[in-house]
Amino acid sequence: MRHALCIGRKEFNAYFTSPIAYIVIAIFLLVTGWFFFSTFFLLNQASLRNFFSLLPIIFAFVVPAVTMRLFAEEFNIGSYETLLTLPVRFNDVILGKFAAAVAFVAAMLVPTLAYPILVASLGALDWGPVIGGYLGAIFLAAAFAAIGLFASALTRNQIVAFIIGLAICFSLTLVDQVAFFAPQTVSLVFSYLAADVHFQNIAKGIIDTRDVIYFLSVCFIGLYATHLALRARD
Amino acid sequence: MIRVENLTKYYDDVCAVDQISFNVRKGEILGLLGPNGAGKTTTLRMLTGFLKPSSGRIQVGDYSIEDQLLEIKKILGYLPESAPLYHDMLVLDYLQYVADLRGMPTPLNLDRIRELGDLCGINEVMHQPIGELSKGYRQRVGLAHAMMNDPEILVLDEPTSGLDPNQIVEIREIIRRIGKAKTVVFSTHILSEAEATCDRVIIIHRGKVVADSSTARLQDTLGGQTQIHVTLADAEAAAVQQELAAVAGVTQLGLIEPVGGAVRLVLTCDPSCDPRAAIYHRIRRTNWTLLEFHQETLKLEDIFRELTKEG
Repeated sequence: MRHALCIGRKEFNAYFTSPIAYIVIAIFLLVTGWFFFSTFFLLNQASLRNFFSLLPIIFAFVVPAVTMRLFAEEFNIGSYETLLTLPVRFNDVILGKFAAAVAFVAAMLVPTLAYPILVASLGALDWGPVIGGYLGAIFLAAAFAAIGLFASALTRNQIVAFIIGLAICFSLTLVDQVAFFAPQTVSLVFSYLAADVHFQNIAKGIIDTRDVIYFLSVCFIGLYATHLALRARD
Repeated sequence: MIRVENLTKYYDDVCAVDQISFNVRKGEILGLLGPNGAGKTTTLRMLTGFLKPSSGRIQVGDYSIEDQLLEIKKILGYLPESAPLYHDMLVLDYLQYVADLRGMPTPLNLDRIRELGDLCGINEVMHQPIGELSKGYRQRVGLAHAMMNDPEILVLDEPTSGLDPNQIVEIREIIRRIGKAKTVVFSTHILSEAEATCDRVIIIHRGKVVADSSTARLQDTLGGQTQIHVTLADAEAAAVQQELAAVAGVTQLGLIEPVGGAVRLVLTCDPSCDPRAAIYHRIRRTNWTLLEFHQETLKLEDIFRELTKEG
């Protein structure tokens, strides 16, 4: 556990010593800011609903970009070998990198706290959904980070890792949108699988264990798949 | 200290290491020699637990690599080939990170880093990003990384590749210094390096051990043949050949490209007798001028070539 913390701290710091962090944060804020405020005054409602409804799609792009380097870069420069011959376990490495990615996304969300503060000054903001939304955003980030980590463990090429991660996250977000073509039973399964549906539930301010369990299981599956992918490299 | 038994590694269908067995004693400097692609790096990677062997056993100290890998990693320092380190990190940050992972308490690890900085000569680059360092400095940072916890066993994969002659001498000096107290295993394809640094060498060819003995004994047993080099002026090649071929003990006589009118010969001799005196007496009877006369035993380089010949 101490090792995981140590690796996590190093990875988190590494984000901010390379330009990638600042680029990703800037793009994230630009996109969310523009989409949110371009319709905000037309809707004339003091809520962040619009912001949170966009978040899954934006995260599907941004989170794989955050996680793409975590393993792919290590494979590429060969530092994976130096890391794994230090007295660390596989799971310490995976958990440390996962924690660093989630912490980075959380740090990325901090500047967006300006939105609710701004909105609250314009009208009566219901803080319940806002708190739920941010909590859901962390869950969503964790789930996508686990998937992105898995994609990164598959290849030594960061671009490939990004595209694989994006493809999985994007499908997971929108899988319920294709559900209406399918028969009822299948469409129920699809809508259960959709990250978007579970996120919107939490973002309404309702924290249901079903949604929490969904995100935790996606995290677990992603991290376990990462473990298997690393094992397969032997 | 290290016991390797029937170690085998397959990459898909390609056999990289084939039934290798050897032992390394405590306090020994072992050189792993072999041409490119012989399986040196694969062997070292299995020794450090980075790769799983396809079959075979590795025992390090009292630990077996399958069950107690973490214990082994704690007493082993490893520098992979070409020192792959994080390019964005500062040297000091990196060494501190390694010390953290090694579980060294913070005030103590700064002392250790300073000590290693002196030993490896990297104090002046402590605050530079690793990616901006020259190859030699990066190699030294890698060496510092491997020696962080003062390991019982140090495993180095081609530690001197890509360095300039001065740096090579320095790194060898460091290895020899560490080797006095610790066990060192390193791979190289530079023979003079193995000759200069190792107590013992293992020559690997196509995944198999083809020689395993102390550096001195290897020369004795495999290099029994001697060669005598003779250069004569004021002489005719044909006459010289005729005269010297008659000496007892000379098995082969080769003419080398003459330089400046002199006749140069290499005489390969039977290991059982020493024909130098006889050759000298014969030359003295003529009016040739003797410019050069010396004997050479087959060197590690020749032995290496002999053992790793293709086909």
